[in-house]
Amino acid sequence: MYVNGVTLKNRGVPDSHRLSVYAGTGGYEALRKVLQEPMAPEQIIAEMKKSALRGRGGAGFPTGLKWSFMPKGVSGTKYLLCNADEGEPGTCKDRDIMRYEPHRLIEGMIIGAYAMGATAGYIFIRGEFIEPINIVEDALAEAYAAGYLGKKILGTDFSFDLYVYRGAGAYICGEETALMEALEGKKGQPRFKPPFPASYGLYGRPTTINNVETFASVPDIITKGGEWFLNLGKPNNGGTKIFSVTGQVQKPGNYEVPMGLPFRDLLEMAGGLRPGRQLKAVIPGGTSTAMIAGEVMMDVTMDYDSISKAGSALGAGSVIVMDDSVCMVRTVERIARFYMHESCGQCTPCREGMGWLWRVMHRLENGQGREDDLQLLLDVGSRIEGRTICALADGGVAPVVSSIKLFREEYEYHIEHKRCMISMGEH
Amino acid sequence: MLSEKSLEAIAFERSKYPPEESRSALLAALRIAQEEQGYLRDELITYVANLLDLPPIQAFEVATFYTMYDLKPVGRHKFCVCGSVSCFLNGSDRIIRHLSERLGIGLGETTEDGLFTLQEVECLGACKDAPMLQLGDRYYENLTPESLDALIAELQGGSTDVR
Repeated sequence: MYVNGVTLKNRGVPDSHRLSVYAGTGGYEALRKVLQEPMAPEQIIAEMKKSALRGRGGAGFPTGLKWSFMPKGVSGTKYLLCNADEGEPGTCKDRDIMRYEPHRLIEGMIIGAYAMGATAGYIFIRGEFIEPINIVEDALAEAYAAGYLGKKILGTDFSFDLYVYRGAGAYICGEETALMEALEGKKGQPRFKPPFPASYGLYGRPTTINNVETFASVPDIITKGGEWFLNLGKPNNGGTKIFSVTGQVQKPGNYEVPMGLPFRDLLEMAGGLRPGRQLKAVIPGGTSTAMIAGEVMMDVTMDYDSISKAGSALGAGSVIVMDDSVCMVRTVERIARFYMHESCGQCTPCREGMGWLWRVMHRLENGQGREDDLQLLLDVGSRIEGRTICALADGGVAPVVSSIKLFREEYEYHIEHKRCMISMGEH
Repeated sequence: MLSEKSLEAIAFERSKYPPEESRSALLAALRIAQEEQGYLRDELITYVANLLDLPPIQAFEVATFYTMYDLKPVGRHKFCVCGSVSCFLNGSDRIIRHLSERLGIGLGETTEDGLFTLQEVECLGACKDAPMLQLGDRYYENLTPESLDALIAELQGGSTDVR
């Protein structure tokens, strides 16, 4: 099995963040191939399409198709952005790519810029990630010094400038248009779409934005071919994917495995459950994705299509494992608090609704639940979904509604007995 | 109001964006101002806005929207403990309680000597090493009561290594 072989290939190698180490293991060969062979931009995009690489930030949009949307022949600057605003609870993979493989990300971005005719780019890194920020800054300086960035890259007519942009604390900036607003020095509040970033992005210019893991997958797709990448995974679900396995497993961590790996194998890689515990539920793609019951999850394979068929989404590959020691109401109350805290306040259903859901969850958890509270949660949820500019609110509804569906008796127990069915005690 | 060094840092940030887009340097300028002066008081926010030729309201909007800006004084060492789900499942409440007892302060409070502030924050993106906290530039991961005690002792000893 192809494990940790693409975006985290050099993790564990001393100084893997340095250019010398990256270049010594084939780094920047893809860029040379593209510029010196040379490969036409259309050829690169065709290869990306063939790879079936889908956006690794959570939405899963086909990368090659996204790249083909960038308008050709327009005058003025086109921008390429990297979304490194990792903040969905359970997600911690981009941080490791930036810490251990910053040059793979940078090379992927340079190739993308060449393919789409972008001349300037920004890597938007969440402000709390100070260690990754410093590492990526250093890597950019190395790449400039080596002639991979700046004017006339590798002696060609292609120029590309790339900078780090530091966020200042707001989950919503992971939404691509909120990220652009923040980059323009504003509150991070999502924009209406359309227009889409390819026609109206940063400063109103054509812009493409991809996730860290997406860009870091590009160099190997170029050197080894789209078909090679596709065949690592399964049709429509090409390549490998990093799964951040967290929660109640014995060896939490980032595991980069072929798409389509059975969940039970991934769980085993993560050390399995703690002794004597049973699997209760799994959130497969970060807290914005619906929960799946443990027994169902044991038969699911880890790819976009299979998880979607099981009623949830692969998201960013953030697998949160919960065993039978977990009080579902208490856990979902905690998740609901996140969405209340992170709502940007722009759309009424979200601004009011996220707080409403949390307040009801909070009273349920604290023994003050009312008989009609479950119906209230479902009603409020159904009135939020699909009525906001961005996906944050839908993401806040998913854990509440899915957990009621799966663990209704636990919720009812809270209302009836005014305490948890499963005490997590001094947690 | 700001040192030469901070002004240079802000000028460098400005150089990353097209000349007509000075607003893009706003988040960074506020951060640099806070790093120098500890927190963002109203006059400082207005000063930063003027520096970038922006209406002050634009700087106030940003300063009040993002969580990393401190609008009130905080302790020299600010513990930001993650309480989101993966940390919660691994005992973040216990971590907060331990810190609270050791420092004698509740969430959002600062010790009388101005040394420590305790905050609970949402996901910091280090879920595989839960429970964890941020302190200055660094993440402290896989926390236990013992590792917290060692950290506090180090900070009380006046270590300058940890910010």
